Amino acid sequence: MYPSRFRYEAPHSLDEARSLLAQYGDEAKVLAGGQSLVPLLKLRFAAPELLVDINGVPGLGHHRVEAGVLRVGALCRHVDLERSSVLARHPLVASAAPLIADPIVRNRGTLVGSLCHADPQGDWASVLLALGGHVVAEGPHGRRPIPMAEFTLGPFQNALRPGEIAVEAVAPAPRGQVSGRYLKLERRVGDFATVGVAVALETDGDRVVRAGIALTGVGPHTIAATAAEQALVGRPLTAATVEEAAQLAAEASRPKGDHRGSVAYKRHVVATFVRRGLARTDLEAVA
Amino acid sequence: MSYGRAGTSEVRETRTGERRVTLTVNGERRVVEVEPRLLLAHLLREGLSLRGTHLGCDTTNCGACTVLLDGEPVKSCTMLAVQADGHEVTTVEGLGTPGELDPVQEGFSREHGLQCGFCTAGMMLTARALLDRVPDPSEEDVRWALSGNLCRCTGYQNIVKAVLWAADQERTS
Repeated sequence: MYPSRFRYEAPHSLDEARSLLAQYGDEAKVLAGGQSLVPLLKLRFAAPELLVDINGVPGLGHHRVEAGVLRVGALCRHVDLERSSVLARHPLVASAAPLIADPIVRNRGTLVGSLCHADPQGDWASVLLALGGHVVAEGPHGRRPIPMAEFTLGPFQNALRPGEIAVEAVAPAPRGQVSGRYLKLERRVGDFATVGVAVALETDGDRVVRAGIALTGVGPHTIAATAAEQALVGRPLTAATVEEAAQLAAEASRPKGDHRGSVAYKRHVVATFVRRGLARTDLEAVA
Repeated sequence: MSYGRAGTSEVRETRTGERRVTLTVNGERRVVEVEPRLLLAHLLREGLSLRGTHLGCDTTNCGACTVLLDGEPVKSCTMLAVQADGHEVTTVEGLGTPGELDPVQEGFSREHGLQCGFCTAGMMLTARALLDRVPDPSEEDVRWALSGNLCRCTGYQNIVKAVLWAADQERTS
């Protein structure tokens, strides 16, 4: 399969990339890892006039933790996060990275690109949503942060304006004791999640300071399980509060029954994953 | 498309919108002029006549088209040929020769790691990259590394054995 014809540019600076994007507006697409975009081009679901390949732009391949804040550059590949040694305070990100797509796709694909692609079944959107993260957009008028909760507008639609480029995804510095992880049920490696649950937990002793819970694959878009989060904050992490959060998250899910499972089954998995995600290894064995 | 073996290294646009790309394929420097929309898999197969790279699903699922880009497995159906400019590509033709097989190739032969052979090139290149990074992999490491390469014949048992055989061979030789 061949994509439609397009003009291809591989700029060597962000300024150059931005001016190309400004010039072409909606008719331009940014190519980073290409693991979602190239298949779309081949299927001709996307036929941009201009492709701006940013792989030659320096200063975008990083991921680093500064004062507790995790910054992931637009060219940081999934595999970089999978093999990272700086994510001790970001266990949700560390646990999600090996579950993205398959190992070969992870060598090319990027976290920021996945967020921009805005597939309603994307795993990283749940992770960033649970962490209360944001995307840094750079445009003609400088940089602006876009909260993850506002970044995805709809299926395959993000909040970037014409001429803007997403340069970084940012997860804020967690406080206190950090736990949580990403749990994903998939029929085989590389499939979309039947159910995905992102849990980010910050505790002070056994009292929950902050809870982030987001759901993948069980609704028309990524779902923030806010009622479940609120049931935890300010309270101790006990069997009762965990169970309440698990049930509230299952209620927040809006799964469709399909070949991957029935509505009841998927809700059951959501509750199970929330319980497992909240289990603190220092307090009790992980279920 | 036009293909040659010498030229300059920078990408530039020609009158037809084609791009000159310089890449190293199996250790040999190649200069090619390609349309930007040409996929790396097609450049390898049709442009450079390296037909050991197979196109399976063409939708980024199966891994049959896997080649090594600077030593890391990538799906060549999901990458533009122009993106390989300045990079090193290894295909199955560059893995070994009939007289001097790569240990991974020998492992697939000895352990019967293939039936129809369609997925084999991709399997072997992914395995090669694994062994270059992890010389002493566990069975779980091998299964994990190969989880993006699909085989519809063998059920993976002998493929995994083949890779473990190669790892053992490389450690002891």
